Amino acid sequence: MWQRIFALIKKEFLALLKDKQSRFVLIGPPIIQLMVFGYAASFDLNHVPFAVYNEDPGVAARELIADFRGSPNFREVAPITRDGQIAPTIDDRRALLVLHIGPQFTRELLRGRPASVQVILDGRNSNTALIALNYAREIIIRFNERWAAEHGLSPPPAHLTMRAWFNPDLESRWFIVPGIVGLLTLVVTMVVTALSVAREREQGTFDQLLVTPMRPVEILLGKALPGLLIGLVEATFIIVMAVLWFRIPLIGSLAALYAGIAVFLLSAIGVGLMISSIAVTQQQGLLGAFLFLVPAIILSGFATPIANMPVIVQKLTLINPMRYFMVILRGVFLEGMPFPLLVPQLWPMALIGVATLALAGWLFRHRMY
Amino acid sequence: MNTTMHARGGAAMRLGGLVRKEFLQILRDPSSIAIAFLLPVVLLLIFGYGVSLDAKHVPIAVVVDQPGADTASFTGAFYHSRYFTPHPLPDMAAATHALMAGRVEAIVRLRSDFARQLRGNRGAPIQLIVNGVDANSARLIQGYVDGVWIGWLAQRARSAGQVLDIPVQLEQRVWFNSELRSRNYLVPGLIAVIMTLIGALLTAMVVAREWERGTMEALLVTPVAMREILLGKLIPYFLLGMGGMGLSVGMAVWLFQVPLRGSVTVLFACAALFLLAALGMGLLISIVARNQFVAGQAAIITTFLPAFILSGFVFDIGSMPQVVQWITHIVAARYFVFILQTVFLAGDLWHIILPNALALILMAAFFLGLARRRARKRLE
Repeated sequence: MWQRIFALIKKEFLALLKDKQSRFVLIGPPIIQLMVFGYAASFDLNHVPFAVYNEDPGVAARELIADFRGSPNFREVAPITRDGQIAPTIDDRRALLVLHIGPQFTRELLRGRPASVQVILDGRNSNTALIALNYAREIIIRFNERWAAEHGLSPPPAHLTMRAWFNPDLESRWFIVPGIVGLLTLVVTMVVTALSVAREREQGTFDQLLVTPMRPVEILLGKALPGLLIGLVEATFIIVMAVLWFRIPLIGSLAALYAGIAVFLLSAIGVGLMISSIAVTQQQGLLGAFLFLVPAIILSGFATPIANMPVIVQKLTLINPMRYFMVILRGVFLEGMPFPLLVPQLWPMALIGVATLALAGWLFRHRMY
Repeated sequence: MNTTMHARGGAAMRLGGLVRKEFLQILRDPSSIAIAFLLPVVLLLIFGYGVSLDAKHVPIAVVVDQPGADTASFTGAFYHSRYFTPHPLPDMAAATHALMAGRVEAIVRLRSDFARQLRGNRGAPIQLIVNGVDANSARLIQGYVDGVWIGWLAQRARSAGQVLDIPVQLEQRVWFNSELRSRNYLVPGLIAVIMTLIGALLTAMVVAREWERGTMEALLVTPVAMREILLGKLIPYFLLGMGGMGLSVGMAVWLFQVPLRGSVTVLFACAALFLLAALGMGLLISIVARNQFVAGQAAIITTFLPAFILSGFVFDIGSMPQVVQWITHIVAARYFVFILQTVFLAGDLWHIILPNALALILMAAFFLGLARRRARKRLE
């Protein structure tokens, strides 16, 4: 039995790696994507372009503007000199934020009365706008503290002190790069498995396989193991890059991480093979892979939190193996989650894997043309 | 003269035949129809409802070491905020455990001397601990807590008959999307992602399929020119793609209530340009690959993921490293996302639309031209 499975695995690898193009698509793009996405996929804003519209010649306005200029989050573009320029500056996206200081600013402050500054934001990307607004608010809070201390005003009766656990500098790369491990592993595994049966069906060799003494379980193993191996190699490579190149802390144990990867690959391969055994042509196989991949990525919490979704969509994510894997990846990388805390994430993936693999094996024989 | 007339009539007939054949193939294998119409509906529904960056009802642990009137008035502010769902917990150990297990996203703690320090000279500290794993959400939570804090201070001053003694107050104006609804910018961006998928997926495998099945060789011996083969592939899928676009825009406006401030004509003209670029890219992949496995892989890797990550649809391009910013210029979706967000939320701002539309024309010409060059009537 194992000899037959081994022969099938060997054949699968030959089919995947036989020509230069196929080899390249398995190795090249994941490396390029890891590099590009690792740097591109970030919610942190650097050098947000801002414009100043200052009508106040006073010293306080100068100090506040200097605070904005000194922040690494902001980059000043050409100043605005009259009201009519604000709209075109924002429309053209020359500036994401306009800081408008009225003519009475310093005078009001020196009289001990509250002065207001206006911050106008481009809301086309609401997330960017919110983050930029938060940066601006922090600068103004610091300014207020300093101003109060310098001018002998009493500080507000209560103040916030904030600390972030697991990611003290709130670098979103720490959040995204472990997610990319899941993303690329899923994509490669899905494409390898989703086309494997469909290819044989389209070429007619699957019927031949069915009349050999191989049992469906053996065919299933022969089709699944290459995907598992490729997925493991791919995941290992990306983890090594995440740690050594992107310097993402890997606090938890490798054993816990690989337990998660193995179970996740099981479920991804199951879904891939199931799609593949439903598909009659490779185009259908690819379409099926896509129809699974895209929602699986978007609804996994990779970029946008699951908690923000409507309750019904949150329920829908429960059948998405990627969702559990994301928690494991981030938990093990950043929080050092021990194995027992991973169990609630592991068993749903295992369940999905077993169910889809069983269905794929059943479809081998029961979907014939 | 007569012969050229004849040849021209023949060309039109040949093209008509090819388009008809492609349409039949589309009808027979429902996967193409599914790509054009089912895919946009499913994706828009899932994404439109699923993709949101607006944190609401964030579970937050509230630990009060020594409850009193002052602490109650502060924690009460959290109960009135639509951003938070507070969970009162008895001590830090319980709160830490809840944070570790992911049951709460942040902890607000008031120490036992809160009431005393509140009346002191240095002010009382309010400790906020957030789970920093999701840095973006953590930052938003921090902003919301800032808001609760300032609101509470102002209210406290008011009830004491004073004006809040904060030197500089921030007055914010958000243009184009005043409620800061993330759906308003994500849904237009999604249309670009979906159109990329439709364009590239529809065409990525069609030429490779003909090579793999050997029907390309059969076509090569006919008088059909390569140009006609490509046009025969392009026209049906272009029509399908525009149909998908119409469906997506309709859903965005009527289902998701995204304001459409620009004109529909501009929107569809730009969509047509973008679709040509996307189809051209798919055709090129298909021609170069000659193998459906490679074509499929290449289509996923070169279209969906860049359109998702490098287009400015979720992640801000201006904050990417310079090298990555250069790379985004070769992602057609980048220009389309920009146009879509502008036409939907700001209106027909010609000085923004024109340069981006020009970039789309260049990309379409580049991909279609390259596809035409690489498609040769020869065997290997």
